[in-house]
Amino acid sequence: MGWLPGPICELLEAALVAELTAVRPDGRAITYPLIPLWDGERIYMTSSILFSRKLDHLKRNPRVAVSLSDPVAMGGRADRATIQGDARIIEPDVHASWKRLLPLWRAKEPSIDWFLGQRVALPLFFERSTIEITPLRALYWPDGLAGTAPQEFAG
Amino acid sequence: MRGGADPAGALRRLASYPHHALTWVDERGYPQSVVVRTTIDAAAGIVRIDRPAGVRVPPARELSLTGSHIRPMPGYGYDERRHLTVWGLPEADDDLGRLVVRPVAVWGWDEAETPFFEYAERSVGQSKRYLTRLSADLHRVVRPRLDLGWLILRATRLPFLSATLVPILLGIAVAAAAGSFDPPSALLTIVGGCAVQLGLNVANDVFDTQSGADDFNVNPTPYSGGSRVIQYGLVSFRAMALLAAALVAAGAAIGLVLLAARGSAALLLIGLVGLVVGIAYTAPPLRLAYHGLGELAVGFGFGPLMLLGAYVVQTGGAISASAVWASLPVAILVALILYVNEIPDRPADAAAGKRTLPVRFGRGPVLRGYRLAAGATFGIIVMGAGLGLLPLTALVAVVAYPAARGVASGLARAYDQPYALMPVMASQIQLHLVVGGLLVLAFVASAATTALVPGARLFLSW
Repeated sequence: MGWLPGPICELLEAALVAELTAVRPDGRAITYPLIPLWDGERIYMTSSILFSRKLDHLKRNPRVAVSLSDPVAMGGRADRATIQGDARIIEPDVHASWKRLLPLWRAKEPSIDWFLGQRVALPLFFERSTIEITPLRALYWPDGLAGTAPQEFAG
Repeated sequence: MRGGADPAGALRRLASYPHHALTWVDERGYPQSVVVRTTIDAAAGIVRIDRPAGVRVPPARELSLTGSHIRPMPGYGYDERRHLTVWGLPEADDDLGRLVVRPVAVWGWDEAETPFFEYAERSVGQSKRYLTRLSADLHRVVRPRLDLGWLILRATRLPFLSATLVPILLGIAVAAAAGSFDPPSALLTIVGGCAVQLGLNVANDVFDTQSGADDFNVNPTPYSGGSRVIQYGLVSFRAMALLAAALVAAGAAIGLVLLAARGSAALLLIGLVGLVVGIAYTAPPLRLAYHGLGELAVGFGFGPLMLLGAYVVQTGGAISASAVWASLPVAILVALILYVNEIPDRPADAAAGKRTLPVRFGRGPVLRGYRLAAGATFGIIVMGAGLGLLPLTALVAVVAYPAARGVASGLARAYDQPYALMPVMASQIQLHLVVGGLLVLAFVASAATTALVPGARLFLSW
């Protein structure tokens, strides 16, 4: 199992959206809101090939941060965290291989089954790559306030 | 919104987000994000940021500020998606020791401004380029896929078959009410008509791809903008062209069988006219759809031509005034399906030189045109019953009049909102189906009455 402390795991499990930040080739940090899926060891996200620039960035530079920042998206929890890690793109079959994450996805977005049933209407949206993030370092703000120094954890 | 666009305006938007994440790339090359307290001065174009405790923000390194928002919907997921990021270098701290950043670039998305479907459509090129690179990386061709059944449904636009089934079934019913009904030829007519329509649907995609009309369209809906299977890389242009030819050829072959069986000159004429109109709809040199004649061609083809074709197959050649009259409401309503569907397509159609009626005329005339044509449909039904050309039972179709009014008001309400027009487009298709279906039932009732009560007729006679 992973080394992330309990409260951060709980945030990952609760969060409907987290902000994934990648680094572009020109060095600029760029942030994408995505659904974080947590299996107890690694963070998974998926990206449609329609919005694939992030995948290109991650293939060139796997260093990422996942920010859990929005209390509304985390069931009202006020605590916050940022996790730095290395990302790996998994895409042996963009049509189907991401579906192994469906149970985790469904738990956060039950409507995904309905949307998947409408795949004929959105065929390219469901051609997806999986982003697997191995956490390396985490900062945690128990009160969510940046005026307080964060707790730091490393894997 | 792309990088570099209106940072001052972006700051006003950023200020509306309840929290802001400050992000930079740290000394080890990893991004780092901290939710910070900000004071946004949009007029001055700057953001003042309270320095976070216990975290070192590197000097002279580009910073970004991101706001993101969703509305959770328990049991469903979430909606109201929007996010915004601005970038800038930190300037000298202000007198309170706060970081001062003057953004120079902006990027984000708000689904209230750019609906998800449009956002996705605008990204199709990105997906194609990605698959090209992925194919090179994996040393095999990677293409998007759909299950065969879904692919056929999408490529042929199968659900639109009601446009063919209504006039053919009505033609058969009118003939039955007149005492002519031959089940095998009726079945062949249905199959042949469906093949022709599916072939024309596919051909329409082929020609609209060739002209660029489907490529220009970033607001396709399930009812407009074509099947897009070529644009999405699901089916090749060549395969679609072959499919169109095969379907039209199958329909034509069935037509020839019926012609041989019935030996009707009228059927030959109807078939030839149908072939010419079908090809001329989008194919050069006539390209009727590109000159504001597409609506007329569709009304003519999926009204009188289909109905009378089905009718003469049953009667062996005779054409009646009743059959001609019955085709008129169906013709108008099917033309209105196209007319309504063209409303969201008009920017793309105009860009491709496709001068449809909604492209040629403004909002007012287009809306008045709909009301006039829809009203005429019901007027023709009432008049037809009064003249003894339609059975009295056809008057039941008038119950659909409020639905036509609903379409008219929906058009007025959502004229410039492609995705809000989707239910209106669906309603127009249903209107055609309901009115056409009720007319079929009206003639079936007439045929049944005559069969059960010899001499009894449901037509007024003068």
